Amino acid sequence: MGSALPLGDPAPLDGLLPPSVVELSHDHPFGVYLHVPFCRVRCGYCDFNTYTSSELRGVKQVDYAGQAVLEVGLAATVLKNSGVRDRPVSTVFFGGGTPTLLPSAQLIQMLRSVDDAWGLAPGAEVTTEANPDSVDARYLTELAEAGFTRVSFGMQSAVPHVLKTLDRTHDPERVPEVVRWARDAGLQVSVDLIYGTPGESLGDWERSLDSALAMEPDHLSAYALIVEQGTKLARQIKSGVYPVPDDDLEANMYELADARLASAGYDWYEVSNWARSGPDTPASEFRSRHNLAYWQGHDWWGIGPGAHSHIGGTRWWNVKHPAAYAERILAGHSPAAGRETPDARSREIERVLLLARIRSGLPIASLAPDARQQIASLIGDGLIDGRAALRGSVELTLRGRLLADAVVRRLT
Amino acid sequence: MSPRAVQELQPASTDPAFIRNFCIIAHIDHGKSTLADRMLQITGVVSDRDMRAQYLDRMDIERERGITIKSQAVRMPWAQNGQTYALNMIDTPGHVDFTYEVSRSLAACEGAILLVDAAQGIEAQTLANLYLALDNDLKIIPVLNKIDLPAADPDKYAEELAGLIGGKAEDVLRVSGKTGMGVEELLDLVVESIPAPVGDIDAPPRAMIFDSVYDAYRGVITYVRMIDGKLTPREKIMMMSTKSTHEVLEIGVSSPEPTPSKGLAVGEVGYLITGVKDVRLSKVGDTVTTHLRPATVALKGYSEPKPMVFSGLYPIDGSDYPILREALDKLKLSDAALVYEPETSVALGFGFRCGFLGLLHLEIITERLEREFNLDLIATAPSVIYEVTTDDRKTVTVTNPSEFPGGKIKSVSEPMVKASILAPKDYVGTIMELCQGRRGSLDGMEYVGTDRVELHYHMPLGEIVFDFFDHLKSRTQGYASLDYEPIGEQEADLVKVDILLQGEAVDAFSAIVHRDKAYAYGVLMTERLKKLIPRQQFDVPIQAAIGARIIARESISAIRKDVLAKCYGGDITRKRKLLEKQKEGKKRMKMVGRVEVPQEAFIAALSGDTETKDKK
Repeated sequence: MGSALPLGDPAPLDGLLPPSVVELSHDHPFGVYLHVPFCRVRCGYCDFNTYTSSELRGVKQVDYAGQAVLEVGLAATVLKNSGVRDRPVSTVFFGGGTPTLLPSAQLIQMLRSVDDAWGLAPGAEVTTEANPDSVDARYLTELAEAGFTRVSFGMQSAVPHVLKTLDRTHDPERVPEVVRWARDAGLQVSVDLIYGTPGESLGDWERSLDSALAMEPDHLSAYALIVEQGTKLARQIKSGVYPVPDDDLEANMYELADARLASAGYDWYEVSNWARSGPDTPASEFRSRHNLAYWQGHDWWGIGPGAHSHIGGTRWWNVKHPAAYAERILAGHSPAAGRETPDARSREIERVLLLARIRSGLPIASLAPDARQQIASLIGDGLIDGRAALRGSVELTLRGRLLADAVVRRLT
Repeated sequence: MSPRAVQELQPASTDPAFIRNFCIIAHIDHGKSTLADRMLQITGVVSDRDMRAQYLDRMDIERERGITIKSQAVRMPWAQNGQTYALNMIDTPGHVDFTYEVSRSLAACEGAILLVDAAQGIEAQTLANLYLALDNDLKIIPVLNKIDLPAADPDKYAEELAGLIGGKAEDVLRVSGKTGMGVEELLDLVVESIPAPVGDIDAPPRAMIFDSVYDAYRGVITYVRMIDGKLTPREKIMMMSTKSTHEVLEIGVSSPEPTPSKGLAVGEVGYLITGVKDVRLSKVGDTVTTHLRPATVALKGYSEPKPMVFSGLYPIDGSDYPILREALDKLKLSDAALVYEPETSVALGFGFRCGFLGLLHLEIITERLEREFNLDLIATAPSVIYEVTTDDRKTVTVTNPSEFPGGKIKSVSEPMVKASILAPKDYVGTIMELCQGRRGSLDGMEYVGTDRVELHYHMPLGEIVFDFFDHLKSRTQGYASLDYEPIGEQEADLVKVDILLQGEAVDAFSAIVHRDKAYAYGVLMTERLKKLIPRQQFDVPIQAAIGARIIARESISAIRKDVLAKCYGGDITRKRKLLEKQKEGKKRMKMVGRVEVPQEAFIAALSGDTETKDKK
């Protein structure tokens, strides 16, 4: 299920990394992503690597945590054998799928294995994604007590007809309740919103923003709906059940979100991410450090079917289906399906395309001369901020964030 | 039934009384080449083993399209009542664009087989060529082909043919080129009814060139029909139009491979090779004589090939320009009618303005360039020759809208044609509607047989070159056929419409159209471009204008969102590849002012295909 894996070079069965990773691994923080590839139902827009019980081809959900733990052990061995310096883990992120479909004990078991393998750094950020209808107060408390620090709720919308189009099953009334439980448990709270769903009006979107802000989350992500090929939604749009999403309406929605969030005390720090700050709260306090690590090109190991990893300039991805994954892991083999070590030119493109998305993330001095020559015209076109440029970094304007891909094309 | 000839007659010493020169007049697909093949086989010129379907059509394109572009002549022996004859079959091009070449082929014959598909009846081009043949006093042998087909209705079409050329329906011969049925009878009829050629063997030699073909190994092969006297090998010959002289390296007949002979004499048909490398030195219609004892009067009917339709040809990949130039230089050697000169377009880069005899000629050349030279080409909308007189009484010849003078125009004249359209009578209304929409005026209408009508129109050639034939075919379910011939120029209220992107004219889209249609053209193109050009970071007005006056306008609003919302660990490889692909796409963009236009948009706009909008 979900989108296809990239084409790459074959990966060895022992998972050993190429020698180049040692040199490029620097002193970056190290993160671990744990994928939980299960959902109760598949949402029509989703192309993530996740499976409902009927799609599992005999694999049992209950066996999964044990397999993930085996990969954590394999990861520690591979890094050691590849000569990569041992580092404690700065961030852990459970994503899916729906991680909270597993009993809390299994998530905790997986977290323990990470701690056992590398040790958690002091102040490590440990996040799990959660569906509002898959957790209760007790579950959240158990996670917090075991070392989880953050939960990210897939709220998506507060408007019933939008949730229905997205195939989301939760009751919007329940969201403030689960947010309160999470906060009571001592967890930081983030909510995810989606805009641009077919049939969603600017008014609907405003209602969702207002509902989200009323809960005063620490962090908020707002994503324009991407219609991915092969999804049910793509088929529904192709057959005319839903209209093609309107880019201009989505731009209006983004502008509305940015205005609302800014006035409520949320700063954007990545194109689609905002974090609460204030007189007593530094801007970096509630940013997702795990996600920042992706954009900053840090090292992380992705555990689980279809998970992607990046260590020292080499990227790889695991086999997609949980059955294929289980087979590899239980045979003691690396689950990697393919990998690539992009050349210097491609790494530079990746660096620019990722850092440009972060507020003041891309130092102008780090750009090639050709790209630096574009800076003046990008300021002139209103795409990057002139004052930030004088301070030495690329910072997208509101218009520039909406046209970020065009900016990146000019800078690479 | 006649046997194959035992002993062939020798060229150069054949009594004209035993020579028969004929051609076959037929529509595309009516089976001319198949019938010719069968004749070659039955007369023993080509052994059954060597028989290759449609032997005479050399080029791949000809074989695929089932049409003959270049004609050839084949000498076939045939015996009747103990006397051996030499039958020269002269193949004629079958299309309207090559009317002049057809007329020269006909002038080389004393008779013609009028070949008509027994399931389809006569078509407009065939009618046109039939008129030409009758004009040249050729003896016509009417023949119905494909009588073996289940759909054949020979009785009906025999009546039709008899009605056209006189005579009785039962005299119309029925054959099948495919099975060979009736072909021997046809050869006998050629001997019996077509007159023998006449000429003066003692006069200074005069030979008419009816075709010249470039061969990569032998240079130009010139096909001639001897009218008077005799030509021999090693003789120094002279072209009467240019007075240029050449030595005959080889002279002979095709049967069907070139076979050298001791010469060619009165009434004979054969070929000459002089080592010349360019067909322009051996022009169709010219008269060949001898240098030592030249004829004083050239044969009638010679004229220079005159291009009627012009189009810019551009390589889609700009770096292919030198290959295109070389390719045109090569094609020119074998095609005296092809003219071209370098041209530059803002939108399309470097290319050539090419002149063609007509639309099919354009299509054939484009296809040969693409196929034989592996080029990807884009052709601008075809244009004709306009004579534009400005208020200060200067006259400018315009073959490209970009040459259209600015300022006050006194008059514009355009080439006119007499168009003949032959179609089942049920389509008369829709055809009249189409022709009137194309500024045609009806000259007359006549029935051909009982259920088909031939309509005669005066029309501007410019209206025909612009997708007229496609419309005609689609409105008549493919049943209508078209023929046209130039009949001079006529003044008309013509204007140049420019298409502007952000105020900059895009040369490839300028067109010369009738004032009444300027608005429609402007709306069509601005709407088309709005669909095809991706949104930019600023608003892009698209306008159609006559001079400074805007007649239609559209606008592409600025793009506001060009960002993938989500980019996490698993997306990075995919995202980088997407970006690299987008950047690759940008490289193929052409700049019109500040507007980035994908090359595909130009191509789609010119071809009318608006389905391929490239988003990035």
